[in-house]
Amino acid sequence: MSSASQRPILVVGGGISGLTAALEAAEAGGEVLLVERAPAIGGRVLRNHKYFPKLCPPACGMEVNIGRLERNPRIRLLANTEVTAASRGSDGWTVTLTSAPEYVNERCTTCHDCSKACPVRLPDPDDLRAESNGNTLPAIRLAGAEAAPRRYFIERSACPPDCRACVEVCKYDAIDLNAAPREETVEVASVVFATGWTPYPLGNLSELGGGRLPNVIANVNMERMASATGPTGGQILRPSDGEAPKRVAFVQCAGSRDVKHLAYCSAICCLASLKQATYVRNALPEAEVTIYYIDRRTPGRNEEMLTEVAAMEGIRLVKGKVGRIEEGPGGGLDLRVEEIEEGRLRQEEADLVVLATGMVPASRDDRLPFGVQLDPDGFALDQPDTGVFVAGVTRRPEDVASSVRDATGAAAKALAAAERSV
Amino acid sequence: MEKLGLFACSGCEIGEAVDLSAFEELAEEHGAALNETHPGLCSPEGVARLREVADSGEVDGLLIAACSSREKTREFRLEGCAVERASLREMVAWTHEHGDEDTHMLAEDVVRMGLARLSGRKPAERELETLERTVLVVGGGVAGMQAAIAAADLGHPVQLVEKSGHLGGYAAELALRLPEVPPYDDLHASDSEETVRRVAEHPKIHVRTDCTIASINGQPGQFQVAVEAAGETQEFTAGAIVQATGARPYDAQRIEGFGYGDSPDVITTLELDRMLAEGALRRPSDGEVPQRVLFVQCAGSRDEAHLAYCSAECCGASLRQVATIHRAHPEVECMVVYKDLRAPGQLEHFYEAVQTQPGSLFTRGEVNAVRSNGSEGLEVDLFDSLIGEALTLDADVVVLATGMVPNSADGEAIRAFKDAQVRAETSESESQRATAAETVEELSAHESTEILNLNYRQGPDLPALGYGFSDSHYICFPYETRRTGIYAAGTVRAPMDAAQAGEDGWGAAMKAVQCIRSAERGEAVHPRAGDASIADFELKRCTQCKRCTEECPFGTLNEDEKGTPEYFSERCRRCGICMGACPERIVSFPEYSVDLVATMIKTVEIPDEDEEKPRILAFVCENDALPALDEAARRRLEWNAWVRVIPVRCLGSINTVWVADSLSTGFDGVMMLGCKHGDDYQCHYIKGSELAERRMTNVQETLGRLALEEERLQVTEVARDDFARIPEIFDEFAELIEDIGPNPYKGF
Repeated sequence: MSSASQRPILVVGGGISGLTAALEAAEAGGEVLLVERAPAIGGRVLRNHKYFPKLCPPACGMEVNIGRLERNPRIRLLANTEVTAASRGSDGWTVTLTSAPEYVNERCTTCHDCSKACPVRLPDPDDLRAESNGNTLPAIRLAGAEAAPRRYFIERSACPPDCRACVEVCKYDAIDLNAAPREETVEVASVVFATGWTPYPLGNLSELGGGRLPNVIANVNMERMASATGPTGGQILRPSDGEAPKRVAFVQCAGSRDVKHLAYCSAICCLASLKQATYVRNALPEAEVTIYYIDRRTPGRNEEMLTEVAAMEGIRLVKGKVGRIEEGPGGGLDLRVEEIEEGRLRQEEADLVVLATGMVPASRDDRLPFGVQLDPDGFALDQPDTGVFVAGVTRRPEDVASSVRDATGAAAKALAAAERSV
Repeated sequence: MEKLGLFACSGCEIGEAVDLSAFEELAEEHGAALNETHPGLCSPEGVARLREVADSGEVDGLLIAACSSREKTREFRLEGCAVERASLREMVAWTHEHGDEDTHMLAEDVVRMGLARLSGRKPAERELETLERTVLVVGGGVAGMQAAIAAADLGHPVQLVEKSGHLGGYAAELALRLPEVPPYDDLHASDSEETVRRVAEHPKIHVRTDCTIASINGQPGQFQVAVEAAGETQEFTAGAIVQATGARPYDAQRIEGFGYGDSPDVITTLELDRMLAEGALRRPSDGEVPQRVLFVQCAGSRDEAHLAYCSAECCGASLRQVATIHRAHPEVECMVVYKDLRAPGQLEHFYEAVQTQPGSLFTRGEVNAVRSNGSEGLEVDLFDSLIGEALTLDADVVVLATGMVPNSADGEAIRAFKDAQVRAETSESESQRATAAETVEELSAHESTEILNLNYRQGPDLPALGYGFSDSHYICFPYETRRTGIYAAGTVRAPMDAAQAGEDGWGAAMKAVQCIRSAERGEAVHPRAGDASIADFELKRCTQCKRCTEECPFGTLNEDEKGTPEYFSERCRRCGICMGACPERIVSFPEYSVDLVATMIKTVEIPDEDEEKPRILAFVCENDALPALDEAARRRLEWNAWVRVIPVRCLGSINTVWVADSLSTGFDGVMMLGCKHGDDYQCHYIKGSELAERRMTNVQETLGRLALEEERLQVTEVARDDFARIPEIFDEFAELIEDIGPNPYKGF
């Protein structure tokens, strides 16, 4: 059972689930190959301001996890890399990994000279304000405060023709604009599938103003806005004019539990909105917050959070379904609410509306070449016969603690398969 | 370390900020055998040179004065050579004025402290023992069975101890279970029998039914377990433990006004399950098939008077029961009265399927009373919040969806109970005995509740978190445990359904296996995973004050009769809280000790009072506060150049003597930056930052007695994302120190 003779476990996806699976397996002695498509690991959790119900910063746990990763000799991390082919052998998989060109290599010191020299100013996709107020991003930059691997990346498609500003300024010879993609074939014993999720597109919810009204945003936008590392440095404001909203409405199940959109419940949105209501309370103590819901789904000890937030001054929970949102005459937003408790239709107003949109599994659109069975919503199922195990939101909509639980179990299954096959 | 080498990097603005040639003298002063600078130490050429020096034997320790210790960790890991890092980039060049005199003084101190840290290090080697690989699983329900299978599949022998006469737990009583595969719209046949068979037949699993734990001694890799079965005691050794003792339904007798116990037709979820398992839905009072069954959700749940939490599985259980009833009796009307119907994830599909079945009705409301109406059946008063009216409904059978209560034992409470019992007998004064007797009374519910019977100073079981569940406090680390090597799984850990409990068994078994294998490698488990050093207790100087044994958050230490600590290295997480606690300073780690940090403090150059350059020492938690400082530096935020930073493993590891050392060395103020404490603590070592705060309050009182201003010592909470506040925190404290004036002990 010595790890040297063991073929590695392939973990696909470096979000909280994949990273956890990789760490747990490697700390139990397994060899792990961790593959992430983006330039840095961390995934969606690092885009959150706080975790519910503790209201603690996700970067805190990520700091521990990145430390574990850096210290562990049994994990090999490949960022900017995708699985492009896989074939099943007698007791494992032969996998082709394709890495994007390594424009910035391991010589990068994160000194920032390249970003300063870069002439490109891209609009920050997280900044919802009109372009003139918003932040801009250089084409070469660090993926985030906690980026691992710790090196800059280039959004190459944004580079002006023949521009070599970053290459010329780099003192460490870390940039090669002519780098080519690389392909590598590896033998792995088992696979953990943890490619995570994307938010349900706001644009699909045009009846609720999504993609149509600038002051109708998604819950994931609110996370960035409230975060100190986000585009507004933590200020909550109305995208249309940058003003602080006086009335903030949260619309639960926006496109969830709805056969026209996502038939399932995403399991996290109730708690996410309760958490975000506290962001608004802290940043804008005068603002009125209303949460429109169908069922308040706060299982287990999370019930405490519901009780606490519901009791806060200035926060109202209304059982009601928001059917339509339009711009009002005064520039505010009019919400048509079917108030279930009162049994009537009502018109309510808000300055900023947050749609609690659900999670779409990334596996729905990219099932990976491992012959994994998907359910009708696109979530993936374990394939124990072929040593493919699913973790986190790839398996089901769930919160971070549940994803970590799943990922730890998936790591056990993948490690058992790897050790069996030695 | 004796032969030191200093390598300074001039890259990333360090060369512009500081005149590195001045380190020559400094290196000589500290006896460094080698002093080189390099334009980019982390480059392959730089690393090759470091490697060359490390391999040459010229030095046995290297100080890399470049970027933060959090950067380029893999590049600067040099097997066979001790490496320390001095953060000239983040703590100096990126945060202070280039070329300034104060910046230069800061850089020199950063290097001095680094050299002191390096020279104070001792080799961490130790001999590894052969450890036991067996995993002990306590509890044979869904979580316990899956944990046993998981550990066995990972090649570890398993001892599965079950209190009752059979495996399977509550799930074994069900014929049908909730859907787990698409399209999630119908029930599945139970797989419990198959799982029980798999466990029973697994060659690596030894099942012991009708068996309880008599005692557990020792530590991961070496737990001596005594079990009792049929009046006989047997012993074996286990490497790690999974506690999967499950939960039981809340006692429906305690829910007043719902008719339970008054009418036989008011039953609980479990009682209905048992009835359905026997194959027939009957009204208990007359044996007839009921026409209407009414389910009361949250019976005693989400209710401060009973269970304040949500048990997370009752909505699913009632949906399962409605569907089960309709398989045999489609004509029976099933009405579910709920506050919020909680069907997360794919369970929504099943809810949808059940909801659209003829004969099922879902009403949002709150049940106020259930009454027997004699032969007419039951009457249920409820407020229907959908139509906004009070209603009274008839029902033939009422099912109370009662929540779950964990089968846990709160080890710390049991310990407190027993301690109070002793004090109630033996305390000298009558009032002390009376106070202790009150505590005994308060904690009497914990009497004889032991499950694991650990022989631990801090109590015989895992500490309980909220509502008695043995859960972790951390979102990111649900298996974090305060008793190393002992992991809770399933409904004893948190409210969850059977499928989740099974998965939880796999996760907890993984942690148990990982703990054993880490111990085999001589390494700590989370969060200092991979740390191969252990603590040393110089016991001949111990005064048996018991602070270390009481304050260790992980129950690492036992005591002998005199109160001398007994250290169990495999229970230890290497946080250093015992080191911070010890007034005699007898605890040390090879790479982190009271002396080592004291040397760092004393190596800082303190300018004379008339130079008007105060000095501030900041002890900074390396888990959250140091990364926040680094992030502030990455953003090129600037802060006061009087501050000298010493990273610590946890604020709880700060020994108060360091504060005394700082002030007697001439520092004008001392700061501590660490994690949030209190109910929502963020300290990775549970209570390190809380202990630090408490200890420093005592130190502040001492300062007062020495005629030193209490304000010279400040503890500040800093979270990982508080980087924007860092300059403010330092600058404000510097202003305060300036106002107070110089430390009168400066120069003594």
